[in-house]
Amino acid sequence: MAEHKVLLAGTDEHDLTQLAEYRAIGGYRGVEKARAMTPDELIDELQRATLRGRGGAGFPMGRKASLIDRKSAKPKYLVVNADESEPGAFKDREVMARAPHRLIEGCLISAHAIESRDVFIYIRGEYLTEYEILTAAVEQAREAGILGDVQITVHRGAGAYICGEETAMLESLEGKRGQPRPRPPFPPIQGLYMAPTQINNVCTIATVPVILELGAEEFAKTGVPSSPGTAIFSISGNVVRPGNYELDLGTPMRELIYEHAGGVAGGRELKAVVPGGSSVPALTPDQIDVPLDYDSLGAIGTFFGAASLIVVDDRCCMVQLALRSTKFYMHESCGKCTPCRVGTRWMVQILESIENGTATHADLDLLDNIGDNILGKVLCALGEFAVYPVASYLHKWRDEFVAHIEQGGCPFHGSSSLDGILAPSDQHAQTPVGEEALV
Amino acid sequence: MSFYDEVQELRGRYPEDSRSAVLPALRLAQEKHGWLSREALEETADALEVTPAFCYSVATFYDMLHLEPVGRHTIDVCTNLPCALCGAQSVVEAFESELGIRAGETTADGEITLRAVECLGGCGYATVVAVDDRYRQHVTAETVPEIVGEIDG
Repeated sequence: MAEHKVLLAGTDEHDLTQLAEYRAIGGYRGVEKARAMTPDELIDELQRATLRGRGGAGFPMGRKASLIDRKSAKPKYLVVNADESEPGAFKDREVMARAPHRLIEGCLISAHAIESRDVFIYIRGEYLTEYEILTAAVEQAREAGILGDVQITVHRGAGAYICGEETAMLESLEGKRGQPRPRPPFPPIQGLYMAPTQINNVCTIATVPVILELGAEEFAKTGVPSSPGTAIFSISGNVVRPGNYELDLGTPMRELIYEHAGGVAGGRELKAVVPGGSSVPALTPDQIDVPLDYDSLGAIGTFFGAASLIVVDDRCCMVQLALRSTKFYMHESCGKCTPCRVGTRWMVQILESIENGTATHADLDLLDNIGDNILGKVLCALGEFAVYPVASYLHKWRDEFVAHIEQGGCPFHGSSSLDGILAPSDQHAQTPVGEEALV
Repeated sequence: MSFYDEVQELRGRYPEDSRSAVLPALRLAQEKHGWLSREALEETADALEVTPAFCYSVATFYDMLHLEPVGRHTIDVCTNLPCALCGAQSVVEAFESELGIRAGETTADGEITLRAVECLGGCGYATVVAVDDRYRQHVTAETVPEIVGEIDG
């Protein structure tokens, strides 16, 4: 099947960063339709479309909007999560760079639904070019009077994976360290500045104009019944044509890997696919006929996640993969919850000892045990994101871990694609200001 | 516009009693001073009407805020999984040999800081390198001298 461009519709033919071109293909008609509806009617329309959140959790967007306390005397906020930081994910970036007005239109429609006049788009600090494109597009829309009484503020992060977690994002947006909050209260009740707040991913919000254009019933006919619509899939790693592909939900994973992305590069063998960004359990080659939708991936023990596939060929040592992955989550742990702060560091130490050949068989059980003591015992999903992939590598490729122990070192040393890979946490730590330190 | 006035403009974008302007103000201070020295943090705190310690506590959380001097130019090489699988380590090593420093260090003339960084969100275009925050995609060991040459030039 060919790509089905909905979020990225028109981006190949037109320069949709320009307001006039976006309008020429029917842009901003959705917001006109939406504003002719009452918020209740609009929320009903969004609920019937059953659009599921594209940020990872898959929570129905319309339902989320219905939870907002619109009677509250406080301002209502819409916060768009553009802090795309999951390793393997680069789809939000493409939407912002190539179809910024579709995102802005989605913001305006969603804001109308929850009776909000204040929209914040929290974009990761590294996306400087996308920030410039997006702020220019907001300015164009403002000058053209499209924003109405809605204020859209694009807020840049400053380099912290955890700020993609919704409550950490709110903390960061409030000017604090980005550490997650306990829930409840949930953001629709008490979010940004303690006021009712709706938080959605870029791709979720950018899909909203399409729902208005097609109508909820038509929209719900695309994709699969439990997950309607399209998704932009980011595919990276050892494939011939890595990149973003917008496909109907329910498209077989094999088709994405072998037809769209051209299969494994260099004629090598497929070893593993990490299907939702680096934080989810990996799949073995015999599992790739799975349809790419929330429920199908869930049924085989993994997650849709950020719709981002990392394809791994047979040169890769799975212990090295686990080690590099865990170093990332250790580096990004905010430090608030002990199981995550201490557990990720401990996991790194054990994985290093396995890779170096100094571990024992008991360490494999210990690795599992540490994982069990992180899962469900932390405030946010980051701790779990550190555990899920490693636990899957350990269980599905256990013989590789055992071989490291029995051979007293890495059997793939000298030929693994990840040999010697440096992580930021390996570099000399950024020290405080030294003599000038304030504390 | 003075730094103080620019910070007031930033504060105006957010609710009056919020501290939301802290991150943009720290970024502005960093652009002005090159890094967040004690002086930079104090100036920011003053403009925001918060304590320098509060600014410091926020600054220590975020990777893009520098608490020690960095080179006039920064080269950030992504070494997270997708780039790593496509040869990011050879790119790091090529920069190290071209610049004569290790990742995490700054050249003796204070011109260039080289770092390995976590995922930059360009996984389909590996290896991704951010030069002064602008992305270079499909970087290989072979194209490294050209990138260094452009900075030096």
